[in-house]
Amino acid sequence: MSAPDDRATAGGNAPRFAAGATVRVKDDWPERRGPCHIRTPHYIRGRTGTVVRTLGAFANPEDLAFARPAAKRPLYHVLFAQEPLWHEGKPGDTVMVEVFEHWLEEA
Amino acid sequence: MPDDTPIPAIHDLGGAARFHCTPVEHDEVPPDAFGKKVDALRQILAQKGLMTVDELRRGIESIPESEYFALGYYERWLRSITLLMVEKGQVDRELLP
Amino acid sequence: MAAPPRPESIALLDRLMAALEAKGIVTEAEVAARQASTDKASPETGARMVAKAWTDPAYRALLLSDGKAAAEQMGVSMAGAPPLGVLENTPGRHHLVVCTLCSCYPRAVLGYPPNWYKSFAYRSRAVREPRQVLAEWGLNLPDSVEVRVVDSTADYRWMVLPMRPAGTEGWDEARLAGLVTRDAMVGVAVPVAG
Repeated sequence: MSAPDDRATAGGNAPRFAAGATVRVKDDWPERRGPCHIRTPHYIRGRTGTVVRTLGAFANPEDLAFARPAAKRPLYHVLFAQEPLWHEGKPGDTVMVEVFEHWLEEA
Repeated sequence: MPDDTPIPAIHDLGGAARFHCTPVEHDEVPPDAFGKKVDALRQILAQKGLMTVDELRRGIESIPESEYFALGYYERWLRSITLLMVEKGQVDRELLP
Repeated sequence: MAAPPRPESIALLDRLMAALEAKGIVTEAEVAARQASTDKASPETGARMVAKAWTDPAYRALLLSDGKAAAEQMGVSMAGAPPLGVLENTPGRHHLVVCTLCSCYPRAVLGYPPNWYKSFAYRSRAVREPRQVLAEWGLNLPDSVEVRVVDSTADYRWMVLPMRPAGTEGWDEARLAGLVTRDAMVGVAVPVAG
C-alpha cells in the first residue's frame, strides 16, 4: 500500500524518515513516571527496525487520552526481526508495528 | 527478555509470560446484549465529542491489575466509560464502583 | 469462554444509562439504533472485497493502496471509520494481525471482533510465537514463508488479503467470496477450495 502523502505533508507534518530508513525506538518508559497512555508496545523499545512506509499524520494519542490539544504526528510502519525481540522464533519472521515519529530516532 | 527490562503496563500484553502456555480458545460466541449496548453507547459518546477512543483506552489501562483480568471485555469498557463521564462532570461520582 | 457480565456490571450500565438520559446526553432509542447498525457489519463484506480483488486487478490495486475507498466502492459507509490498510499475502509472506495493546480490528469490514481476538492469550502469544499459535489452530506454514505479525497499535485498522487458492480457476466472485473466512482475513487461516 502507498502512503497518503497529502495528509502527511499538510500542516508541517512532513515525515522525517523515509521508507527503508533504519530507526531505533526510544528506550523510554513513561509509565514509570505517572499516568500516561502510549501506543508504543514495550517489546520494541530500544530496538532497531526499518521503516516500511509512512502512514500519514495523526493526532497524538498521548494527548488525546487526556482530552488535551493533540498535534498531528507522522506515523510509520516499522519492521522488526522477530527473533532478536524474543530470543526465540524463526529467523526471517518479522513484526510490523505502527510507531509515531516522536518515538523514533536515527540508528 | 533480559531481567533488567522494566515491567510493562498491564494492558501491554505482547509476549507476556503469564499467558505463554495458555491455548487460544476458539471462542466464537458473539457479544451478548450487555456487550452490544456498551459498544453502542461508546460509539454514541464518541460521536457526540464526549470521549475519544484513546480516553477509553486510558480509562481501561487505569483499572487495577486484579480487576483488569477479572472483568470481562465490555465490563472493562463500561468501567472506563463511567470513569470518563464522572471525570467530565456528566454523571455523579457515586456511580463509580 | 468469555464469562457473562456480573450482575453489578449490568446494574452499573443501567444506572449510567439512566444518568446520561436524565442529562439529555443519550437515549435508549439512540443506543438501540446504533447497535442495530453495528450489527449489520460482518465478514461477508471483507470476503466480497477479497473475492473482487482476486478477479479484478484494478480493484486489487485500489484495495492495497486505499482500503477505505475500496470498502466504500462495495457500498460500505466508512464515514468516521479509521483508515483501512490491506496487506497482501504472497507465496513468500504470510501476515497475521493482532492488537497487543487492546483489540483494534477492522470492524467496518469484518464486524465485531471475535472473543479469541480480544483474549489475553492471543494478544500476548500471537506476536511472540505466531507459528505455534497458528499450528495449534491447524495452520502449519513452511519455513520458506516469512511470518509477518502486524501489531495494530495506532490509527489504522488492518486486514489481510489472502492468496487465492488453487483449483478456483473460472469461479465467479460470489463463489470465491464463499471461501473467504474472517479468520483468513485476520491471518489465522488460509482459504482452501472445496
